[in-house]
Amino acid sequence: MAERFNSSLDILCPMHVRLSASGHILHVGPTLAKLRPGRALVGERFLEVFRIERPRVLTSVEELRRAVGSKLHLEFRDPPRSGLKGVAAHAGEELVVNLSFGINILDGVEQFSLTSGDFASTDLTVEMLYLIEAKTAAMEAMRDMSLRMQGAKIAAEEQAYTDTLTGLKNRRAMDHVLDRMIRLGHEFAVMHLDLDYFKTVNDTFGHAAGDHVLQQVARILVDETRDDDTVARVGGDEFVLIFDRLADRGRLESIAQRMISRLEKPIRYQDNICRISASAGTALSSFYDVPDAAQMLDDADAALYMSKRRGRAQHCFFDPGLPDLGDGSTTAAE
Amino acid sequence: MHGLINRAIQNFVRDTYGEATWKRVAADAAIDTPDIEAMMDYDDEVTWALLEAVQAALTRDRGEVLENIGTYLVSHPNVERLRRLLRFGGVDFIDFLHSLDDLPGRARLAVSDLDLPEMELREHGGGRFSLTCRGGEPGWGHVMIGILRALADDYGALVMLEFRDRRRGDEIVDIALVEHDYAEGRDFRLAGSGDTGHG
Repeated sequence: MAERFNSSLDILCPMHVRLSASGHILHVGPTLAKLRPGRALVGERFLEVFRIERPRVLTSVEELRRAVGSKLHLEFRDPPRSGLKGVAAHAGEELVVNLSFGINILDGVEQFSLTSGDFASTDLTVEMLYLIEAKTAAMEAMRDMSLRMQGAKIAAEEQAYTDTLTGLKNRRAMDHVLDRMIRLGHEFAVMHLDLDYFKTVNDTFGHAAGDHVLQQVARILVDETRDDDTVARVGGDEFVLIFDRLADRGRLESIAQRMISRLEKPIRYQDNICRISASAGTALSSFYDVPDAAQMLDDADAALYMSKRRGRAQHCFFDPGLPDLGDGSTTAAE
Repeated sequence: MHGLINRAIQNFVRDTYGEATWKRVAADAAIDTPDIEAMMDYDDEVTWALLEAVQAALTRDRGEVLENIGTYLVSHPNVERLRRLLRFGGVDFIDFLHSLDDLPGRARLAVSDLDLPEMELREHGGGRFSLTCRGGEPGWGHVMIGILRALADDYGALVMLEFRDRRRGDEIVDIALVEHDYAEGRDFRLAGSGDTGHG
């Protein structure tokens, strides 16, 4: 009879333990037996093999008997401890305790190399393992996709803010930076720089030479500015430089002079020597009670125009003291 | 069609015949981007155009291409993950056959908008079975032949498979189990190989 009972329970509850009235193990299910290979368990006292921690620490078989029907949290007393869930039930004078891995199932399956055959056919453990694996795969696919999408988005934004020939910022990016500077209320300077004789290079040596020169110019401008500054190409041979938290006329003047003198060094393109120069004009945010992006750009442009009138290859500051004449003739300080 | 299905076609071509062949197929099928997004939806036309292009590139007919895709999905190391998910279906090949009715449900558990045709397995005795794929796009029967052939290998069973016919949207595959324990079969542990398989 006991044999038939055991084999029935082995099918229905492969992780059960049958206990005698005295709390000794009479039989263990085949899956539970796998958790302690080479050890019979039969004959040992249940509470010496397992430590029951909830609903409270149980130390005697009488206490276990009183906990029939409650959810038990228990673990092996010796490692690997493998947290288990269980429930005890009466079987005449005996007790049957059915165990499961609960939420630790993944560790358990891995640790003891369990297979589908180790779980009862009605047990959803294998389905749960399937689900964990399937969902992990689906989540990874989604994550991969969002990473790719994010990369594509960054690339698209970079492109939208970048001048593709020189790698400098473009006019759109410059507008954003100017707006941000004004919003933050920092002191800053806007320098408008225009190449001189660039058209000659283009006309004489061709567009490829011109493109090469623009790339060299871009390199020099980036070289001569700080990381926090913004260098944008806003037209064919026009550049706008925004100097964050810099309003010192002396420093700006020397930066401009250094740039111009470097730009005047001949640039070799294949067998040709290209010669250009540059003129620049600067407006400082401190000129205005409330700086306005369009106004500052206009004023920097006016100063640039003054530099050109003075014979190019120079730099000057916009002078707010002079009235804006609208014809661009004398807005900058003479 | 779900991107996963188109992506399966891409991975099959790429992993079996190389990147260059895939690029040619993608161009031939007029796919905008060279990579299929597995988690996005595509018009059904994309799938048909892809299959046409694969058939042309490999000079195989539709049935052969679909069978090869099915086999690839179970046997190629790059899609080990799918093999594992299928192996959860049963402890041996017969057990697996009996789980085929659940396959569309299992697929939906993994990816809720992935629709597979209904499947029904019938046992005719003497190791003979038939599988009916119901209400799917034409061709699922061939994909299933490829999948079943590779899985039989995986379980170590020897089977003969034959596409019987397509009637009123049903495709029927005949399965004859010649030997249950023909070969050793491949190892399957419940505890996942979390990091294998990609693409």
